[in-house]
Amino acid sequence: MSDAPRPDPDALLVAIQREEAQKRRGKLKVFFGMAAGVGKTYAMLQAAQAEKAAGRDVIIGYVEGHGRKETDRLTVGLPLVPRRRVEHRGLPLEELDLDAVLARRPQLALVDELAHTNAPGSRHPKRYQDVLELLDAGIDVYSTLNVQHVESRADTVREITGSTVQETVPDRVLDAAQIELVDLPPNELLRRLDEGKVYLPERAAVAMVNFFREGNLTALREMALRLAAEKVGQQVRDYLQVMQIERPWKSGHRLLVAVSPSPWAGAMVRWTRRLADSLDSPWLAVYVETARPLTEGDQTRLTQHLSLARELGAEVITTTDENVVRGLLRLARQHHVTQIVVGKPAGGWFHRWFRAGAFFRRLMRESGDVDLHVVRAEKLGDAGARRAAWRPWLDSGWRQYALALGAVSAVTLASGLLNPWVGYRTVALNLLLAVVVLALFVGRGPIFLAATLSALLWNFFFLPPVFTFYIKSLEDAMMFGMYFIIALVLGQLVARIRAQERAERRREERTTALYLLTRELADAVGVEDIARNVVRHVGQVFGAQVGLLLADGGGNLPLQAEPASTLTLSEKERSVAAWVFANGQAAGPSTDNLPMAECLHLPLATSGGPVGVLSLHFQRSTRMTLDQRNLLESFARQTALVVDRQRLSEATQRTQLVAESERLSKALLNSISHELRTPIAAITSAVSGLSAPPAERSLNLHQALVEEITQAAQRLNRVVGNLLDMTRLESGHVTPRLEWCEVSDLVNVSLQHVNRELASHPVTTDVAPGLPLVQMDFRLMEQVLVNLLLNAAVHTPPGTPVRVGARRERDLLVLALADRGPGLPAEALSQIFDKFYRAPGAPAGGTGLGLSIVKGFVEAQGGRVEAGNLPEGGAVFRVVLPIGEAPPVPAEAEP
Amino acid sequence: MKEKAQGPPVALVIDDELQIRRLLRLTLEANGYRVVEAGTGPEGLVQAAQSRPEVIILDLGLPGLDGLTVLRRLREWSRVPVIVLSVREREEDKVAALDSGADDYVTKPFSTAELLARLRVAQRHAQPLPEEVVVRSGELEVDLANRVVRKGGQEVKLTGTEYALLRLLTRNAGKVMTHHQLLREVWGPANLEHTHYLRVYMAHLREKLEENPAQPELLVTEPGVGYRFVWKGP
Repeated sequence: MSDAPRPDPDALLVAIQREEAQKRRGKLKVFFGMAAGVGKTYAMLQAAQAEKAAGRDVIIGYVEGHGRKETDRLTVGLPLVPRRRVEHRGLPLEELDLDAVLARRPQLALVDELAHTNAPGSRHPKRYQDVLELLDAGIDVYSTLNVQHVESRADTVREITGSTVQETVPDRVLDAAQIELVDLPPNELLRRLDEGKVYLPERAAVAMVNFFREGNLTALREMALRLAAEKVGQQVRDYLQVMQIERPWKSGHRLLVAVSPSPWAGAMVRWTRRLADSLDSPWLAVYVETARPLTEGDQTRLTQHLSLARELGAEVITTTDENVVRGLLRLARQHHVTQIVVGKPAGGWFHRWFRAGAFFRRLMRESGDVDLHVVRAEKLGDAGARRAAWRPWLDSGWRQYALALGAVSAVTLASGLLNPWVGYRTVALNLLLAVVVLALFVGRGPIFLAATLSALLWNFFFLPPVFTFYIKSLEDAMMFGMYFIIALVLGQLVARIRAQERAERRREERTTALYLLTRELADAVGVEDIARNVVRHVGQVFGAQVGLLLADGGGNLPLQAEPASTLTLSEKERSVAAWVFANGQAAGPSTDNLPMAECLHLPLATSGGPVGVLSLHFQRSTRMTLDQRNLLESFARQTALVVDRQRLSEATQRTQLVAESERLSKALLNSISHELRTPIAAITSAVSGLSAPPAERSLNLHQALVEEITQAAQRLNRVVGNLLDMTRLESGHVTPRLEWCEVSDLVNVSLQHVNRELASHPVTTDVAPGLPLVQMDFRLMEQVLVNLLLNAAVHTPPGTPVRVGARRERDLLVLALADRGPGLPAEALSQIFDKFYRAPGAPAGGTGLGLSIVKGFVEAQGGRVEAGNLPEGGAVFRVVLPIGEAPPVPAEAEP
Repeated sequence: MKEKAQGPPVALVIDDELQIRRLLRLTLEANGYRVVEAGTGPEGLVQAAQSRPEVIILDLGLPGLDGLTVLRRLREWSRVPVIVLSVREREEDKVAALDSGADDYVTKPFSTAELLARLRVAQRHAQPLPEEVVVRSGELEVDLANRVVRKGGQEVKLTGTEYALLRLLTRNAGKVMTHHQLLREVWGPANLEHTHYLRVYMAHLREKLEENPAQPELLVTEPGVGYRFVWKGP
């Protein structure tokens, strides 16, 4: 990214986000020193007293005064939250009572010794994790730390002092902290040690005295000073970026460290972190997965290295590639990496020359303008780590060795029986065949054994002179040599192909599992269905009982898992799940949080916050491999996404429903109030006209007023009738009484009803002769035709004709009502039968219910209704009813 | 019509709505009736016994005792014509009322003219009808004594069933006959549900007797209820 525009917007964003996050979170201040005894606790208490005097609510969460009077005096006046007492292997231990502090909610809590390891059974293994939770809760924390406990400095400290530091604090914890350096010249510290003013635990006294040598202390002091200075430097840079202060921008370095399962990779990760710190650059830790299968030990180490990198602040990426160099460089390009850190090869000259050599040559050739750091990883490693180096013959179980031995022996024996007929050269091919076939079933170690053994057996039993390892002719010696090499190479090749295949298959299985889950989730309808699928799937793939807790709409975790769950959570596990939900971090075995829990709990996190918790209880207590863990996390992510999507779509539907019902009720109020009030207004005004003395009104006026009242009353009656019909339809109370009816009778009766309304329209009827009886509810169909006729009366100009037709189309009766009015607008066709729909430009009048009643009534009788326009102009409505088989009528002779 | 020496015919109005009672009183008194009112079912039964009305107008939706029950109790001892006047327009209610012995059925809102016409028909049917009578309506002439039907003076041939149906309707001319009543009388109690028999034979009758069978004027359909033979002036 050396040519990136400056100031780098990403960096600015990060700085601003960091600032914002800190506004909400509590602030951590670390009193930082080179060694025990420099007075960190004392300085912390002094600062706390000052805060207290300034009126802040300060409490002591955990302060270890070691019985020193000066220190104890400073604790006076600061409220103490009682420590939590735990017993471990008969030893009474005291720990910070995290829950009590959280419940007390002070503004500032003092928690001594940030690097402390908690007693087993605590919520977090490490105290700094307790502190992080306090910060998350918005509580400021003062703590103390020595330089040798800083993760990225641990190796250097070991180099300086020769003692390994067990308790370390990840650098990312310090990244967000304010560092207060407590400094003391080494000779001063030694004087205090001499005076007995430095507390040393009994057990470690001797080792610690070794530690307190002036040379060591000077080196440690320099480290502490440097770290504090770097910290300040970074804060200044953050400030400059936020304040947009011009300054020469440092070239944007980006580091990449290649992580492998090798025992030395951890040291490389720490080394890279230190380099990244001094360059102030982001860094990636990358693992390239190849076809080579990993042993369980490799897996464990790899997981450790990657989580170490994550803790030290790296972005961790795992990718798959057949070639490690290609994979590394691909990621490096994608992420604009400027420098790559790889380990210097360990192992014998053979390995260094052939395998590592090829690796470096290719890396150097193809890395282009990316700088390479080759780190001498071996020296950085732990002393004991080398013992755990990669040994292929440990991959395979003893069964495979037994199989290899047995197979070679059996083929040798069989060849021995055949020997009189086939000769020793054929025997060699037999044995070769056995080795190759064997390679299909066993690992590389057993194949190596089989190849060697078969070569020796062949030599001993078959190569003349037999029963010696001596070979007489040069030809035979060459053959023996070639046999040995061919068996070895062929066996190894087949075994490797098989291993690749297996790795491929495992990846395939993983992809398939994820694909299947995704597909089933895509088909799932509703949260219950999703839960059922997730529980079944995760349970199958991981051999575990699965519980799914999904938050309700208010973001609260329910007390019980989804009904589909196969796992019932105990009270304790439920509280772990609640913690996971609140903190968005996994908890349980093989995690950093609450490792003593029985079940593994994963948060179902989405960008909008957590939607629930996935809990697994493994039937066998096995450590999860990296693969499995990745897969499980993918499952959790997928589940979270789907649940989130489901919740969203439900919410959208609810909103739509509410909007729809609001729209309907508004339409109802508008339409009904208009439709009811208009005739009432007409009646009222006509009646007031009638109530004038008879002398003042003519007979004509009288008749006109009476006619108005009559029409208004009929209109009112129709509106009420429509409303009643609609109510019947809505409440599902329309149960048609189907009877065999005569169509012409129906048409006639319906027309009688509306002859007044259709007085100004010439009506023609066209009922096909010979129509059979049709099964229908006469009254409902009458209402249907009346509504359609009234609709035509309202929507067509006076004088235009209306035609009612009835004919048979196969086994259907088609009633058609056609007018010669303006026709229906195209956009109205799809909605015209909807409740309260008024076609655009329609004249006033009508409730908007008539046609929806038509549709409801016709459909209740098993028919359908259509609307359309005629080619010659005008609208046409068609009602289609099934005719059915009319029952027989007793015949009677005509007289 | 019963010969009553003292004054106008008595109409009993049983309705819980004061406004309807008031309106009916105005209309009926203007048309020569004497009106007795009752606001509840039991009161209506008492009034029916005391004031011996010529015709009863009965609302179905009564508080306390339901209109149908009032009708059935009344029919236990009286054959006085009853016109049901109700807002219930469902055919089931009409049919139930007619089958329970009501003479006719008028739905609210109603026109006064129609109500008066129905009243007159009902009152006439209360008179025993002589057997040998000729019913005339428009062009049609049904000679019940001689079983001869003429249209415009021309004899029309009817089958036995057609004649039985026509005879039943004309003997109850002006009055609605429910499907059940027609089916029971013509085809027997076993065929009460076979309304399609009626449709077919009514169509035959209209074909033979009506001027325009598609717009019948004599044999009128009462949707969902039954049929009515309409009296037309010649």
